[in-house]
Parts: sequence; structure tokens; C-alpha cells
Amino acid sequence: MITRTDIQKLATLARIHIDEAEMDTLAGEIDSILAYVDQLKHASANAPEKNDYLRNVFREDDAPHESAIFTEKLLEAAPDKDGQYFKVKKILN
Amino acid sequence: MIDLSTLTIKKAHESLKKGEYSVWDLAESYLKNIEAKNKDINAYLEVFADVKEQAELAQKKFTDGTATSLTGIPFAIKDNILIEGRRAGAASKILENYVASYDATVIAKLKKEGVIFLGRANMDEFAMGGSTENSAYGVTKNPHDVSRVAGGSSGGSVAAVAMDGALVALGSDTGGSVRQPASLCGVVGLKPTYGSVSRHGMMAMAASLNQIGTIGKTVEDAEIVFNAIAGKDRYDSFSQTIPTFKKNEGSFKIGVPMAFMNQGGIDKDVLDNFNETLEKLKSKGIQIIDTPMPNLEYALAVYYVLMPAEVSSDMAKFDGVKFGSLVKGKNLLEDYMLTRGQLFGKEVRRRIILGTYVLSAGYYDAYYHKANQVRALIAQDFKNAFEKVDVVLTPTSPTPAFKIGEKAADPISMYLADIFTVTANLVGIPALSVPSGFSEQEGKKLPLGIQISAPHFREDLLFDFGKIVEDLG
Repeated sequence: MITRTDIQKLATLARIHIDEAEMDTLAGEIDSILAYVDQLKHASANAPEKNDYLRNVFREDDAPHESAIFTEKLLEAAPDKDGQYFKVKKILN
Repeated sequence: MIDLSTLTIKKAHESLKKGEYSVWDLAESYLKNIEAKNKDINAYLEVFADVKEQAELAQKKFTDGTATSLTGIPFAIKDNILIEGRRAGAASKILENYVASYDATVIAKLKKEGVIFLGRANMDEFAMGGSTENSAYGVTKNPHDVSRVAGGSSGGSVAAVAMDGALVALGSDTGGSVRQPASLCGVVGLKPTYGSVSRHGMMAMAASLNQIGTIGKTVEDAEIVFNAIAGKDRYDSFSQTIPTFKKNEGSFKIGVPMAFMNQGGIDKDVLDNFNETLEKLKSKGIQIIDTPMPNLEYALAVYYVLMPAEVSSDMAKFDGVKFGSLVKGKNLLEDYMLTRGQLFGKEVRRRIILGTYVLSAGYYDAYYHKANQVRALIAQDFKNAFEKVDVVLTPTSPTPAFKIGEKAADPISMYLADIFTVTANLVGIPALSVPSGFSEQEGKKLPLGIQISAPHFREDLLFDFGKIVEDLG
């Protein structure tokens, strides 16, 4: 059973404010989805570890583009900015 | 008057080339249709104001001889695909003010061809949903019956094509979001192989599952658009050059997972229509083989673990700092909490919370790890099947279009709409939905569709076989 406390904790982890009124509905819905996916425990345990088409693709950490060529354009989309920086509230007292 | 209802890319191209009508004449015909129908259907969130200018540029390509088969062809673009300088919002309040900073690779490719972008199409918020009811800007209605959903999440793109509000469209497909609405609205929808089309500039919802897909009234139109956008791209590290294959000689061998068909929960009209299609194929000498795929029954459960897990991380970038809207609180933590809490819709919040749960310490093995193992079993089922058959057939959707609001209160019943489509995303294979007939309900003819799945990078088989299904009538 998922409780209100669980939802509260998950919401904090996920950085999402959940209204008091929504807590119980959400707990109930998450419970019913978990009950549905619980059938996975009946699936075979003899599974190959990997899906052979999925793989991580890496590249060398080199040859960067010229510094700051996209800065201005990307900052145009920011809700709050200060010169060449995103602006956020201070995180250290 | 241009007859839009029977128009195809090839026909339009011939007429544009011969000068029977201009690019603007064609675009204007669609704009008139949109003006007449969009207020009822809500396929478009925005119709672009510069279509005439786009048309003039495309017309020049015909004059100077640089026109391609897609020049001047009118497109609808799903609201999660970026076009530089235009609004893009994934139908979410959190991106209310966002203007795209760059072109998605697919858009850059289409711009080179000189296509016309008519507007941005409605969708479930961040592509999460199967009915377009989760849009922050109202539901998209089914052009065949406005009391019913168009399907989703690419409901706007699909309805735009179905109402002759665009000749073709781009959508995205994470668990069926191109194919299921295509089936519900009676058009063709393709989910390409994972890695065949660059996703750079498409807002990711679940990165191991989602693909950009194409929508048209005919298999050939979906194919032409796919060929224009496919291929390797340095900005999507998984994208690949499509290998070429020897053409399928002789007759197709078809696999059907019979036990999965008869599991219950599938609408009778859907099942009858599917069996009729099989009979018609048999009468053409096509061999149908029962192909047991014992792990398919777990596909939806696997999907509803992996997808929310990926959603919870893919949605982390929406924090009110880098783009979109910001709800201010007392401190930075409150800025995050309020922005995400108030501007993400209910379904997005639900999936993030669920994803956070299945990934949290103590539950990872039972959910995420187990789901990945079963995902590999399902991939093995398909691999085994494709050793014996060329393509696998199922219905696309277990029901015809359902009523608006019918499934809104019960997430599980909504999720079941994806039962046949999620497998292709889990396994990375391409799949195509082709119209296969109608179900008559309350005096309305509701479209049904059949889904064809093929091995990785065998879109060619989907198109060849899709045309056979299309010709069954």
C-alpha cells in the first residue's frame, strides 16, 4: 500500500508540489498501477541480461564547438537571466 | 477546387510540376479546411501566419528547377518537434512561452525540400496519453465522430490529416502514439525502427522508446516522408544509416500470435475485422502462421515500469530555470516544486511520481530490473518469430475510438489501449498501422486498423505489405 507519506516523500524527491487534495487519489492510482505491473513476477526468470539492440553509445570527450556561440540564443528562452547567466535564487546562506 | 480527400504526395507533386495549381493554391485549400473544421476538431494549437511566404519560397523551387517530390507539400507538425523561431510547447503549460532555439533534424531536412509547415498539432501533454485528452489546450476530437477521441498522443497530427487539414504530418511514438490515433482516425501511421530517424529536437519523453513517426492517408505517403527524414545524424548518437536489403521475392509469410489475440479484452468488431483481413490475405495465397509469443502478455506491464522510470528522468530538465515558465516561491527549492507542481498536468505528475517510485532504493530490482529482463524476453519472442515469418500482424488498437471522458477516471483502462502497440517500442522494431475497415456504432462508421511489425530496419517490408493490405479494400 502506498501511503500519503510515501507520496509526500516521492513528490519531494521528484521536486513536484502535490496538493493535499490530490494525495489520496494519487496514492490510489499508483497502487492500482503497481498491482497491474506486479504480474511481472510471474514472467520467466531465465531472461537474457541485455536486449541486444539497445546499447550505450559513447563519443570522445573532445573537439568542442567554439565557446559561447549558442549562449545568447539559448538564454533567450530562460525565464530569468542576468547577462550571460541563468538567474536562480541563492542556494547557500 | 482541389480534391483534397483523394490527394497524395505524388498526385500533388505532378500537379504542382505541371502548374495545374500553385503551391499557395494547395496550401490555401488546406487553410480553408482548417478554418472550417478546426474549431470543432481542435487538431491545431496554432496555424502559422507565414504560410503564404513559405509557399512563395517553395514555388520558386518549381520555377528554378530545384523542386523535389516534397516541395510545397503541406505538413502538420506535432507540438513536441522544434522549428526554430516558432512556439513549441508539447501541449504543456510549463512551456507556455517557449520559442524553439533551433530546428529538429527532421525539420531541417524537410526545410531543405521546401515543404510547407501549416501549423503545430495538438497532443497529450509531453506525449503522455492515448487520447489527446491530456493536452493543456483541450481534447482533439475524432473527425469521424466528434463525441469520440482522436486517439493519442499524436491526436492532433492524425486528426489534421484525417480532416484534410494537412496532406501529411509528423508525430512521435513512444508506446503507440502515432499508430493508435492513425487507427482510430482511419489513416496510415508509421513508427520507424529505433535509430532510423534522428530525434534531435524532439522533446524526449522516454528516451529508449520514442521515435518520430510519419502520418499520411496512404502507405506510400508515409513512406515518402519517412525516406526524407531517415538516416544517421551526429546529434542523435543512436541514429544509423539504414542498411539496404534484397527485395522480398515471392509471397509474404505472415505471423499471428493467436493466443495473444484470444486473451479477451479485445472488442468483437476489432477481432472480426482482423479475422476478415486474415481471410482476404489467405485468399490471395498469403500464408498465415500461428506464431506463439509467450511473453507478449507482459509487454504492457513492462512498458508501465520502464516508461515512467524514463519519464521521471527525461522530465527533470523542466525546472523553470532554462526554458518555459516559472512559478516563483520563497527559495530555489520552492521555485522547482511550484513550477513543476502547478504547470505539469495530472498525467505527467502521476508518471513522474510512479517513475520515481520504481527507481527508488529497495524497489529497483523488483520493478526496473525485472522489467528490463522481460523486455529482453519479448525481443527474443520477436527474433524467434522473424526466423519463420516476414511480418507479424495484430490489430492496432483493441477498440475503435472511445468516447471523450470514458476512460479519464481510470488510468489502467486508458493504458490498455496500448496493448498491441507498446511491443514495437520495447523491441525497437518498426511497425505500421493501415486502415482495415470500420465498426458501426450509434450510426457512425468508426475506422479500424491493422498493425504490421517487421524486423529492425525492414520498413521496406512494412511498405510492401502495407500496400497489399491497403489494396484489400
